Amino acid sequence: MPREHYLNATYGIRSWLLTTDHKRIALLYLASVTFFFFVGGAFATMIRIHLLSPKGLLVTPETYNKLFTMHGVAMIFFFLIPSIPAVLGNFLLPIMIGAKDLAFPKINLLSWYIYLIGGCFVLYSFSTGGLDTGWTFYTPLSSVYSNSAVTPAVLGVFINGFSSILTGLNFIVTVHTMRAPGMTWFRLPLFVWAQYATSIIFILGTPVIAITLLLAGMERMFHLGFFNPALGGDPILFQHLFWFYSHPAVYIMILPAMGVVSEIIPTFARKPIFGYSFIAGSSIAIAVIGFFVWAHHMFVTGESTYAALTFSLLSYLVAIPSAVKVFNWTSTLYKGSISYDTPMLYALGFIGLFLIGGLTGLFLACLGLDIHLHDTYFVIAHFHYIMVGGAVMGYVGGLHYWWPKITGKLYPEFLARIAAITLFLGFNLTFFPQFILGYLGMPRRYASYPPEFQVLNVMSTAGASILALGYLLPMIYLTWSMRYGEVAGPNPWPGTGLEWRTPSPPPTENFEVTPEVTWEPYDYENRPDLGLDVKGAPALAHGDD
Amino acid sequence: MHRTGELYEQYRTLEQQRETASLGMWIFLSTEVLFFGGLFMTYTLNRSTYPAIFSEASKTIKLSWGAINTVVLIGSSLTMAMSVWASQVGKRKLLTFMLIATLVLGCLFLGIKSIEYHDKYVEHHIPGWNFQFEPGADAATNAHTQLFFSLYFGMTGLHALHMIVGAGLLLWLIKESLRGRFTPEYNTPVENIGLYWHFVDIVWIFLFPLLYLIDRH
Repeated sequence: MPREHYLNATYGIRSWLLTTDHKRIALLYLASVTFFFFVGGAFATMIRIHLLSPKGLLVTPETYNKLFTMHGVAMIFFFLIPSIPAVLGNFLLPIMIGAKDLAFPKINLLSWYIYLIGGCFVLYSFSTGGLDTGWTFYTPLSSVYSNSAVTPAVLGVFINGFSSILTGLNFIVTVHTMRAPGMTWFRLPLFVWAQYATSIIFILGTPVIAITLLLAGMERMFHLGFFNPALGGDPILFQHLFWFYSHPAVYIMILPAMGVVSEIIPTFARKPIFGYSFIAGSSIAIAVIGFFVWAHHMFVTGESTYAALTFSLLSYLVAIPSAVKVFNWTSTLYKGSISYDTPMLYALGFIGLFLIGGLTGLFLACLGLDIHLHDTYFVIAHFHYIMVGGAVMGYVGGLHYWWPKITGKLYPEFLARIAAITLFLGFNLTFFPQFILGYLGMPRRYASYPPEFQVLNVMSTAGASILALGYLLPMIYLTWSMRYGEVAGPNPWPGTGLEWRTPSPPPTENFEVTPEVTWEPYDYENRPDLGLDVKGAPALAHGDD
Repeated sequence: MHRTGELYEQYRTLEQQRETASLGMWIFLSTEVLFFGGLFMTYTLNRSTYPAIFSEASKTIKLSWGAINTVVLIGSSLTMAMSVWASQVGKRKLLTFMLIATLVLGCLFLGIKSIEYHDKYVEHHIPGWNFQFEPGADAATNAHTQLFFSLYFGMTGLHALHMIVGAGLLLWLIKESLRGRFTPEYNTPVENIGLYWHFVDIVWIFLFPLLYLIDRH
């Protein structure tokens, strides 16, 4: 390990709280999103325990409403949306393009503080009466009828939005102006392309949810009528404005995970990625088309048939770039020298789970079928396959893949593989039964259910407890490895990106000399510096146990 | 963050730093367009639902103040543009003068706006606060005109908030310009805050006809 790096360059609490180093800010985000992950996870645990019995085991129906709402708000706005961009993106984006830092380091720190302030508002809401509107804050329930602490929660999510906007702005500008000599657009790692596409959604979508929630909050505080039919307002307008952001927000969660997978797969298949420009372009296509599908959340609001048809068609279209990615990843694996290290297990798990999540999304984009499946557990299962099976798998896989870079230490490989498999099995046991429950007609957001659904619900809860174990394990061994892990060296896998050409952990300025990029991305064949005999047997990262 | 002269450590050249800041401002302004966009959408929908009520409510706003304010604001954009030019050609005294002129015009705008708000307060036209469109108006008229005034206050209020932020930025620019910091080589802050100021001006150019000029001919 290098003697001096970004972690020990300066000491003391001030050097962390006032840092402008993107790598330290990434770690600040890591700590805070992990906190919210466990807050959201605690609510999920209570939901699953409650649903063990048809009448509900744990809480009153009113409290149940609060549990699923607070689970959703904590997980979506404070974990999933910032997770990969603000943690891995923050850490890696400047290093991957050969820059010393993001374009606006102070704004980067500011975005973390904004996130914290938003988080405090939301925690205040959770602890003083809770929140029972659903994470969607539909009006007029949220603006008139709810008796829970809606105002601080709405303000918290509003404030937190600016943290996303600033991160997105910073990333876009950084990619445009901060690339190292030779780092052309089509030499950018696909992770950077994915972050760029995500940032487009951040800057174009987030302001709309911000103003919408502000209006809903004003409506509640001052009894105005924008979205209240009793005062001449239109509740459907709220839904349109809400989903104009919140559907693209789904792509905010999944696109960065796709970027992570695009990095992991070539590394552990020892092959250049298949169809680089198609994967890069499909990220942008998803970001763009993703803005034109929002009203598929509203097929049962009585919107016009023509609007519904158009949105249904566009929703089918957005599946094409996603499919392009899946085909390209599989083609990369074809005839590759595949090793099943932990990050690869997550990436392969991602492909399978995302495939199921994506295809069931097409069921829901289908007008007739959606009438049957709308607001059932089928929808819950579908988006958990995308968000947990996709986004979280990608995030945890990425954390493992870049952990040696972030900390300079290797995690225990055997334990990590066990955890990856536990997560995969636990996840499927939790959410696959929910597809069946939804198909059979169990509605979402109900605190009780008919007795014939109990077996599937018990399966789901059993799966959730395995899933919880799968999350606790990495939490424990990753923390352990920071102190006791084996020293990783600059490029343990080895990977081809610029981030692997600087020491682990990197120095504060990322590179001792500004790198000059002369090679194509993911090119394993012309990189003698990696010490690989790519035509023969691949060298393994660490002893194959 | 360390900087050498005006160059911050993460950049290689001043030129790169200038391009970066400028791109950052343009992207920020595009987020602002969408931020205001939600309000414009709400306005469009409500006005198409209640066209008659909107034109009636709009007539209670004094046209003269709005017209004067439009001129004041366009004037401030002119002085802002002059400041940017002055900083580019290195006319330091002119720069400071034009920045102060912009600030004065901006404050004049806010002053007139507060007179207008006060008028509305006297007329019981503040939404959610003893709102009464006119004596004896029925509940539906009250509710629907209140929608208009919610949008009026929402949109002009958000605009005024941007003006206040802009005034703060101008104060800082004036301070730095008095210290002689801006030169033909380094004037990025003047340029970027100029962009912001023009954006806020353009928002008003849309707000004025939408709120004041419905059905007045």
